[in-house]
Amino acid sequence: MGWRRGSRLSAAVGRARTVGMEGERPAAQPRSSGLPAGGAGGENLGAGVSHPGSSGSSVLLPAEVLDLDEDEDDLEVFSKDASLMDINSFSPMMPTSPLSMINQVKFEDEPDLKDLFITVDEPESHVTTIETFITYRIITKTTRGEFDSSEFEVRRRYQDFIWLKGKLEEAHPTLIIPPLPEKFIVKGMVERFNDDFIETRRKALHKFLNRIADHPTLTFNEDFKIFLTAQAWELSSHKKQGPGLLSRMGQTVRAVASSMRGVKSRPEEFMEMNSFIETFSQKINLIDKISQRIYKEERDYYDEMKEYGPVHILWSASEEDLVDTLKGVASCIDKCCKATEKQMAGLSETLLPVVHEYVLYSEILMGVMKRRDQIQAELDSKVEALSYKKADPDLLTEEIGKLEDKVECANNALKADWDRWKQNMQNDIKSAFTDMAEENIHYYEQCLATWESFLSSQTNLPLEETSEDKS
Amino acid sequence: MTENNFSLKKIEISVSEAEKRTGRNAMNMQETYTAYLIETRSVENIDGQSVLTDSLWRRYSEFELLRNYLLVYYPHIVVPPLPEKRAEFVWHKLSADNMDPDFVERRRIGLENFLLRVSSHPILCRDKIFYLFLTQEGNWKETVNETGFQLKADSRLKALNATFRVKNPDKRFTDLKHYSDELQSIISHLLRVRARVADRLYGVYKVHGNYGRVFSEWSAIEKEMGDGLQSAGHHMDVYASSIDDILEDEEHYADQLKEYLFYTEALRAVCRKHELMQYDLEMAAQDLASKKQQCEELATGTVRTFSLKGMTTKLFGQETPEQREARIKVLEEQISEGEQYLKSKNLEGREFLKNAWADIERFKEQKNHDLKEALISYAVMQISMCKKGIQVWTNAKECFSKM
Repeated sequence: MGWRRGSRLSAAVGRARTVGMEGERPAAQPRSSGLPAGGAGGENLGAGVSHPGSSGSSVLLPAEVLDLDEDEDDLEVFSKDASLMDINSFSPMMPTSPLSMINQVKFEDEPDLKDLFITVDEPESHVTTIETFITYRIITKTTRGEFDSSEFEVRRRYQDFIWLKGKLEEAHPTLIIPPLPEKFIVKGMVERFNDDFIETRRKALHKFLNRIADHPTLTFNEDFKIFLTAQAWELSSHKKQGPGLLSRMGQTVRAVASSMRGVKSRPEEFMEMNSFIETFSQKINLIDKISQRIYKEERDYYDEMKEYGPVHILWSASEEDLVDTLKGVASCIDKCCKATEKQMAGLSETLLPVVHEYVLYSEILMGVMKRRDQIQAELDSKVEALSYKKADPDLLTEEIGKLEDKVECANNALKADWDRWKQNMQNDIKSAFTDMAEENIHYYEQCLATWESFLSSQTNLPLEETSEDKS
Repeated sequence: MTENNFSLKKIEISVSEAEKRTGRNAMNMQETYTAYLIETRSVENIDGQSVLTDSLWRRYSEFELLRNYLLVYYPHIVVPPLPEKRAEFVWHKLSADNMDPDFVERRRIGLENFLLRVSSHPILCRDKIFYLFLTQEGNWKETVNETGFQLKADSRLKALNATFRVKNPDKRFTDLKHYSDELQSIISHLLRVRARVADRLYGVYKVHGNYGRVFSEWSAIEKEMGDGLQSAGHHMDVYASSIDDILEDEEHYADQLKEYLFYTEALRAVCRKHELMQYDLEMAAQDLASKKQQCEELATGTVRTFSLKGMTTKLFGQETPEQREARIKVLEEQISEGEQYLKSKNLEGREFLKNAWADIERFKEQKNHDLKEALISYAVMQISMCKKGIQVWTNAKECFSKM
């Protein structure tokens, strides 16, 4: 019965997915260009008929290939080929990581399936009499028919992103909407417009939009399309439409009320999901703290190391016979210092943002669970009301019917999205830590080379010196 | 027991053990101290086998006594330093406690090093007291004190005075003094920075250990990723614990630098002795000159210099010729003595300069060699650390990529 809504989606051939069942990997999401987009607002569900599509072998392709979470780096995407590289790289630093090359090979066998490319760049400061704010340039390139043009350039501010997220959550309460970067960084940051802060935010916003673009359902959301394409005034006027503040507040009140009633019978799979989310949230938060701490300790180490090399140079000034050795040691230390700097940069580009994103994701997951529970609670309360014969039984039965549909859709949507999310999470985490390990290996290799070269220069002495008196 | 023993046989000395002891000190209060076992082996030239000839226990204060004795009796020698009495330049892991086993171990090595330095010094190795230190457990302290070396020691005050007032010290020694000041300052600085770097590095490694714990807990809820996480976590633990050995090795490097830090004090002691001798020489020469002048004045009757005798003569009247004769005679005797004294002091001074400078040259070569070796060993340590790092992270990367 939940398939009534789903049929709308199945019309959007090529976008549908199999319903995620427990333990099963979802089929890949083939996307052929030029097909009409799926639904606008309303309940776009991940449920639908499985589509064989052009990638009949899609089941063999690991979902990660087509989970096109872009790297954060500057992506001047002007040709599909360039973006092909981006699609296949798991991290900005490692376009040639073995895994990405495997995927690249596989991908070349497939037709180009991605048809929406988004970049976020060029932060600009705007000053008005009331406030100062930053806008980001958003460039969209697409071959989709439902877009009026193939290229769009707009400017958006953080508030606009918040609006978009809100709309997506409204439309798809049990889908896992990607996280936005925080409003403020709690510790340390005083200035809102610090360069590092802006850059970090820009990268996160870029990731946010691309995650939406890669999501089989969200990518066709109408508000998303407007966000990407509308001019500033068009967006403002569109924002003003839609359920007003009061109705939104009403929703919130209902939500709180029903959540307070508690979930009587959460299905087993969602109990498991919930327990996973709780543990995951705990662990990812710890990992985030540990990773930040490592960065800090490395920074402190780097600061001390900077002083260490020069001391040897100072010493060499008073030792005629040890000048070369001392200067050699100083030079090695300085080189290792630079290598540390590089490694730290790598850490903050690859590991830290990913871990942090998943910290935010864990909060989102809890929200999604709550909303699912709330939807179920609505049904439960009506069922309860029916049993107490409080109101007109026929009306109630009809309402219950509708709510049962709603619950089933919500559950299915969540289940499918959950599997997809888990798969992405595994890939992202795996790739982030692999990159970190690679950075560390590279760091030690650099230092090793430095010291080995110094050592060989010291031990290949001319004959006179080796016959020196050994005390 | 002749002093020439050492020149005939090769001697191996080791400080092989350290033991905690309790006893009563001079004020009859109970105290805990560490005693060190010194074993001496003589290597028979014929078959190269070493035979244990002596073994006794000494505590740190006895080493100090030995060294103070050597300082007094060999002022022209750069006497090897003892390892530090208290742990300095510590970073947070090392305690500053003298009873800490790591500290005791490092001190044991330092004491052994001291004895080896003394025994390989061409002059010091022949010293009888040193020989007795290695061979005569009981009564050694009394024997040393009986030499009366404490009385022979130059007073600090005298030395300080000489340092300020000396007019013509040998330039080489002035330069040496500056060098030793610079060396002390730079090595201190280096050791301080090294300790801070070590501290920070410790932090970096140890925090990674937390990954191990969390990965392990996380792996419990992951089906596919679980194994990879778990084994990666193990490697994080290995990484975190590897820093302990790395820094322990570095501590030995720091000790090698510290030895030369303390050597600077020995260098300065030799310079001070030179200044003292030079000052005495200058004072003796000055004294002689003034006496000669007095003599001349008395003989010729002219008073150019102020003298008490001159004053009283003015006040109370001329002295008799007989009195004057007597005075001249005394002065002449004094002058003759003074000239002898000056001659011997001069000789002493030149001898000292020659011997001291020879030892300083020997020391310089030793220092250059040792410091170079130490710096190279530091590079070797870094290489080892890097190799370990590569190993661990390669393993971890493999685990991660299997997740």
